[in-house]
Amino acid sequence: MATHLSAADTRPRHKRVLPGLSLSLGTSLLFISLILLLPMTGLVMQSVDMGWDRYWQVISDERVVASYKVTLWAALIASVFNGFFGLLLAWVLVRYDFPGRRILDALVDLPFALPTAVAGITLATLYAQNGWYGEILESLGLKVAYTPWGIVLAMAFTSIPFVVRTVQPVLEELSPEEEEAGMTLGASDWSVFRRVIFPALWPALMTGIALSFTRSLGEFGAVIFIAGNMPYVSEITSLMIFVSLQEFDFPAASAIASVVLMASLVLLFAINIWQARYLRRLHGRS
Amino acid sequence: MSSSKSSSGQHQLRVGDSPLVKGLLIGITLLLTAILLVVPLIAIFQQAFVEGAAHYFNSLVEADTLHAIGLTLVVAALTVPINLVFGVMLAWAVTRFEFPGRKILMTLMDIPFAVSPVVAGLLYLLLYGNNGWIGSWLYDQDIQLMFAWPGIVMVTVFVTCPFVARELIPLMQQQGREDEEAAVILGASGWQLFRRVTLPNIKWALIYGVILTNARAVGEFGAVSVVSGNIRGETNTLPLHVQLQYEDYQAAAAFASASLLAMIALLTLLLKAFIEWRQERSLKIEAEKERQVTQ
Repeated sequence: MATHLSAADTRPRHKRVLPGLSLSLGTSLLFISLILLLPMTGLVMQSVDMGWDRYWQVISDERVVASYKVTLWAALIASVFNGFFGLLLAWVLVRYDFPGRRILDALVDLPFALPTAVAGITLATLYAQNGWYGEILESLGLKVAYTPWGIVLAMAFTSIPFVVRTVQPVLEELSPEEEEAGMTLGASDWSVFRRVIFPALWPALMTGIALSFTRSLGEFGAVIFIAGNMPYVSEITSLMIFVSLQEFDFPAASAIASVVLMASLVLLFAINIWQARYLRRLHGRS
Repeated sequence: MSSSKSSSGQHQLRVGDSPLVKGLLIGITLLLTAILLVVPLIAIFQQAFVEGAAHYFNSLVEADTLHAIGLTLVVAALTVPINLVFGVMLAWAVTRFEFPGRKILMTLMDIPFAVSPVVAGLLYLLLYGNNGWIGSWLYDQDIQLMFAWPGIVMVTVFVTCPFVARELIPLMQQQGREDEEAAVILGASGWQLFRRVTLPNIKWALIYGVILTNARAVGEFGAVSVVSGNIRGETNTLPLHVQLQYEDYQAAAAFASASLLAMIALLTLLLKAFIEWRQERSLKIEAEKERQVTQ
């Protein structure tokens, strides 16, 4: 998730003249240890305490496994949808000038600014049988609210901005020469897009989709209102943790949480390594 | 955006410039945005007023709702300054110095973005709850953090800690350290250096980071719902109150509370657009000055 690789990494080493290294680094390390790392110890201890057999029994429970599948599939569909929609939005925002462009640009961030619980009750109301969208869908014989498709919808809504905001800057920086050369030579729009533009965009697009996927895996507030939360059908993994907690089954909650936590940490490190590599390549070229 | 305009002046055709493609793409985008974003936003307010304006205002001044609003403001007021200090410190450390583990530190900072909020809440509950190794000691001292407001503040700090640093780091890296080094050589003290040289340069990014931190702090749901205990009129923040009312079949009241949160979200977007406009303008003014100097 880091976009902060840049000039500082390639700059020759300075003699240190600026003050505040020990203060700023000390505060940062203390904060990260207390706020981020220390709380993990509780989870590790709880998981170790319960023993491997019980741990395995909890994380491979049929209902929990069903929740992994629902969560993964829904997050995958939602993030692929956002790949298309985000690319389209970024393209329209960068390439065209039209009335309302600035408003559209601002609106893209709505899902980040709107509390997820608000998004959840609103989507549930709109897509319920008697809601504005639900009625139309019902007449077409489709059902979204209180089915796994409701989960996809909520995940897609909350992660719309990721792809737009990763693709947008790359699209803005794209130099027009190659593109114009292709057009002048009489190649079609589609083939120039496919051969010239898409290869430059796809690392950013993949990063955006991966971020959207990671966010979707962890989404809770928006999902639970519209999912219907039926065991084996539309329960997400975060909800399984929540349910275990309500039953005061801390070991079970910890075991499931440890799976979710490891998955998200692996994704986070993978995205950061991938971004560092592709940014280095970009810098090497320029 | 600037690149597309400079080329259109030369009447060079670029991909997707034909009126048909352009109209089609803009049309599809606006339609999808209307369905996915605009209508839901309108629906929040429509649902809030579905039982009339009197009902709307009455439900907002209910004692439990007022308490939830107050608690939410307190949580944000405590969270934002903590993360402001942390964000500035971290950004200063990683952009002004090189040290082993710098990249690892930046990756660690991103953890709250990747972790499910429910897991975040659980981590705190396990450590500081009555059975946790710190919590049981606190219990003996008669200190209760979980299922009380301090716990809500703690998880909110966790969830929102990357925002300020993430806004500052790219900007501070791009600006480099030359200005600051010059100030030090001229004899500025650490505080003078920060206030007179660094702060004016990072002002807008800092404000934007604070706005984002605030928006997320006000709206956090998953992590807070794990550690709050959901005690009506005591440990209910506004998002939790929305859930409670919604599940109590008081839909209009729930949407009334939700409309307050939606207004904060809209204000956040507005401020963001304003800050971007300011930054673009100052960039343009600088470019104009440079052009005049070279002429």
